[in-house]
Amino acid sequence: MEDILFLFEQYPIWEGFWANLKLAFFSAIFAFTLGVILALFRISPVRSMSWLSGAFINLVRNIPLTVLVVMGVLIFWGQLQINMHPDFDTNFFMLATIALSIYHAPFFAEAIRSGVNTVPLGQAEAARSIGLGFFAAARLIIIPQALRGAITPIGNTLIALIKNTTVAAAASVMEASGIMRTMIEFNPNLMVAIFLIIAIGFSLIVIPVGLLTTWLSERLAVTR
Amino acid sequence: MTPEASHTPLVRMSGVNKHFGSFQALSDINVDIPKGQVCIVVGPSGSGKSTLCRTINRLETIDDDGGYIEIDGARLPEEGKALAALRADVGMVFQSFNLFAHKSVVENVTLGPTKVRKISKKQAEQEAMEYLERVGVGEQARKLPAQLSGGQQQRVAIARALAMKPKVLLFDEPTSALDPEMVQEVLDVMVDLAAGGMTMVVVTHEMGFARKAGDRLLFMSDGAVIEDTTPEKFFTGPETSRAKDFLSKILTE
Repeated sequence: MEDILFLFEQYPIWEGFWANLKLAFFSAIFAFTLGVILALFRISPVRSMSWLSGAFINLVRNIPLTVLVVMGVLIFWGQLQINMHPDFDTNFFMLATIALSIYHAPFFAEAIRSGVNTVPLGQAEAARSIGLGFFAAARLIIIPQALRGAITPIGNTLIALIKNTTVAAAASVMEASGIMRTMIEFNPNLMVAIFLIIAIGFSLIVIPVGLLTTWLSERLAVTR
Repeated sequence: MTPEASHTPLVRMSGVNKHFGSFQALSDINVDIPKGQVCIVVGPSGSGKSTLCRTINRLETIDDDGGYIEIDGARLPEEGKALAALRADVGMVFQSFNLFAHKSVVENVTLGPTKVRKISKKQAEQEAMEYLERVGVGEQARKLPAQLSGGQQQRVAIARALAMKPKVLLFDEPTSALDPEMVQEVLDVMVDLAAGGMTMVVVTHEMGFARKAGDRLLFMSDGAVIEDTTPEKFFTGPETSRAKDFLSKILTE
């Protein structure tokens, strides 16, 4: 117990977890939005849009996140010298958020597409037969039902995203797993305590997401 | 009705062909349906009657070989806004109801009028309640479709189609998915509509309904209309052997 208090005094553990939460929050919003757009393109009757979305999904999904983050930093900041923010830390936080968003968008898109597959074809036909165009039918009829059918895979993607925020350490963002590494380096004798802090910390963040997912998927299920 | 208007059929199908791959689902369909006519379409399974019904609002495309479909004198558009606008004028009632599962009964009915016709929510709701009362499900307005019986759902689907004030209503086997005791409540609504002068194309096996409400009957076989007659003549004296064969099968049931 003393060890744990000592570690909390010595290292910015709270700030680290706060950084993970912020990364997860912003990345989730951007990735989800991009995911919806990709899913819409994917199911669109226009061949080229569907192809474009499929190509993006299959390309990005197969690049390891660490590679995406490191390349983002090296290319954007190192090579192209693009600074999105004068403050060094904020700039890297933004780079990490962009990489996380791009990486998870295909997973959200595929989760939503699996939800679209739960919506019977008749729903789209009924929407079209009252005069709704493709986008209106998608927005009002298909996507709302698809999201309800995709809550579990969306929740799983969100959980993966939260844990993947630790990769932001590769973009020099001070977050929990980076601090863990520093703590292990300077206090290797407290290894078990360090591990417990980080593991329990992430569990406390992720477990509510899982519970919320289960609750929502039961509550919002579309009865047919 | 002016003489000129009476010459323009509400639905005109001219030389319409439709292939699914190498299978010919529709073969040289030529049908004019004047305003106010109730046209019954019957035929054995796989004869193309549902396909015919679905081509009228282009849920099925037709072969691009010179055949065409006109609604109220306007050629059926290929895609996009014009097609959506035309579909708004052609009501469709499906075999499996297809009510929007995540919306309440009244929202199902108001969706088209508010989002497509752009009328105010309040007015749409008022009209929706009138249509729901008319088909006898007014008390169910706030429920979700899944909470209703099949017969009630199908009547809501009819109200949803009516709320768009369509020029013509298409029924694709509207009672085939219903439990027997619910068939009549749906047919009663359809008989009322027919009596009210609605132009209807009805794919159905309900011979009682066909006799009672139908002005005209098309018998289809292998994608072609092989008898174009009245229900009375069809049931009492079918001309083709295929029609006789078909009738002998359904009437012994």
